[in-house]
Amino acid sequence: MPQIAVQDLSKTYRVAERRRGLIGAGRGLFSRTHRAVEALKGVSFGLDRGELVGIIGPNGAGKSTLIKILCGILMPSSGHCEVDGLVPWDQRIRHVARIGVVFGQRTQLWWDLPVIDSFELLRDIYRVPEVSFRATAETLISLLRIDQLLHRPVRQLSLGQRMRCDIAAALLHSPSILFLDEPTIGLDANSKLALRDFIKHLNRHNGVTVILATHDMQDIGALAERVLIIGHGRILRDGSIAAMRADTPGQRRLVIDFSEDVGDITVEGATVLSRTGRRVAFAFDSRVTAAHTLIGRLTADHDIAELSIEEPTIEELIADFYASHGAVEA
Amino acid sequence: MRDAGTGPYRAIFAARFLMMLQYRAAALAGIATQFWFGGIMVMALSAFYTEGGGSASITRAEAITYIWLGQAFLGLLPWNVDPEIAVMMRTGNVAYERLRPVDTYFYWFARAMAWRTAATLLRAIPLLLVTSVVFDWVGLGAWSLQPPQSGTALALFLLSMVAVVLLSSALTTLLNISVVWTISGQGINVFTNSLVLILSGMVIPLPLFPDWAHLMLLLQPLAGLVDIPYRIYFAHLSGAEAIAGIALQIFWTMLFIGLGHLCMTRTMRRIQIQGG
Repeated sequence: MPQIAVQDLSKTYRVAERRRGLIGAGRGLFSRTHRAVEALKGVSFGLDRGELVGIIGPNGAGKSTLIKILCGILMPSSGHCEVDGLVPWDQRIRHVARIGVVFGQRTQLWWDLPVIDSFELLRDIYRVPEVSFRATAETLISLLRIDQLLHRPVRQLSLGQRMRCDIAAALLHSPSILFLDEPTIGLDANSKLALRDFIKHLNRHNGVTVILATHDMQDIGALAERVLIIGHGRILRDGSIAAMRADTPGQRRLVIDFSEDVGDITVEGATVLSRTGRRVAFAFDSRVTAAHTLIGRLTADHDIAELSIEEPTIEELIADFYASHGAVEA
Repeated sequence: MRDAGTGPYRAIFAARFLMMLQYRAAALAGIATQFWFGGIMVMALSAFYTEGGGSASITRAEAITYIWLGQAFLGLLPWNVDPEIAVMMRTGNVAYERLRPVDTYFYWFARAMAWRTAATLLRAIPLLLVTSVVFDWVGLGAWSLQPPQSGTALALFLLSMVAVVLLSSALTTLLNISVVWTISGQGINVFTNSLVLILSGMVIPLPLFPDWAHLMLLLQPLAGLVDIPYRIYFAHLSGAEAIAGIALQIFWTMLFIGLGHLCMTRTMRRIQIQGG
């Protein structure tokens, strides 16, 4: 029995359309035209306890809608979903007591209060007993290194500091599932790395199920064993990044720094991707043309200063995938 | 679903209350404004009593007391939308409100109650002290706030003021819920502002309206915000009448809580939270 079971979930928004200009605004007072926007069209999947799943997809694909339905904030138009045996939107109060949620672009901390006051307020709102609150808070404060920030009002924190405090806030009531919606948005490289380590730790050591929606493919590469790719309200793919790589085998890139100007160089078995000065990037399929054959052809005519062979990055894999499925925001 | 225990609601009440007490500059400005408007209204009323020929249903001293009480407790009037809720609605942070394991209606009710009472506490105490004690010292006795009719009247008045707080919080919460539909609270504020000020008796004490309107004015819900407690204060309503007045306040409060709870449930089922 999976911890999260989603069946044929659909959500249609009714959006009022504004007409252009003054006359349009005037007509809008009497009649509005509505447009139906299908954010989700029949999404189904299951998720086991302790899994760490990434949800990716272009802007407007339906990621946030899916997360908000799973959190119990939104009601779907049709379909069914159970989280730990509860229907999120029907049994909202019991459901939300067991989950933690971080929306990277918002904060759940009280803007004018010192961080610790927000924590204590959340303790009371979630009815966390004092003893377990102290233990949990202490662990989170040291793992996220926020002890220096506790007595500062939230409005004075940097984005990275605020995000660490927000993550701690979402975990004070020891939820068994953590929803993260773009948690690393706007963070610097160090903060991102630290946050990823923390999420991994939480998943591996505490067995917290993590659902991570993001546009940051490095987040996905570092954390998610399983990835749901969503486009146009549907699940386009459900599997690991490694499996995706296996689907497009042989795609390689050869980057060469020539010792001389080579002009409009071409070579059999590869296409030129880019050319900057003496550096040329070629794309080739290693199953058709072996790398050493290609290098041999090139060194026959030119001197080479340096070369490297690369696999496609996750970003490229995903971008190709979106493009080949037409899953690009309109 | 009914929650066990009131812990979360008390916590949000305390947090909002303490945060509101920080706005001391706003309170000082409020006190100055209330003295100014109270003074003008007291003088205008006095002029009517001196010049007017007919007999009024309350005395001049009572009318002046009515005005000062009104100014002292002005902050309790549910005439506007909580700006915090309006901002939450605009930014979409209302999503976090739904992630709390509490009944959102009572969560907002506690928040509204803290907002109204904290704003009032800071203004009411100095205003009541000055108009009742200091006015007498400096020879403005004729314009001062009169003490309650009796100990019983005071006790019943305090009870009635508790009902005012609940009624006002229920109406405020209803206004706050309406922001889900309008996004900005501005339009509602303009509309409720004048309605509440007039029908509660804040602008002109309700007993000074024409006789034929008295019963209607007494029974409508907004009388429970100003008119009923103040008439209990100077025993215009006493004994069984005072109890009936308080019962009427509680009746309207329960009705608005029920209505608000229903609206909240319906609204949240249809809410759309975009972006993020």
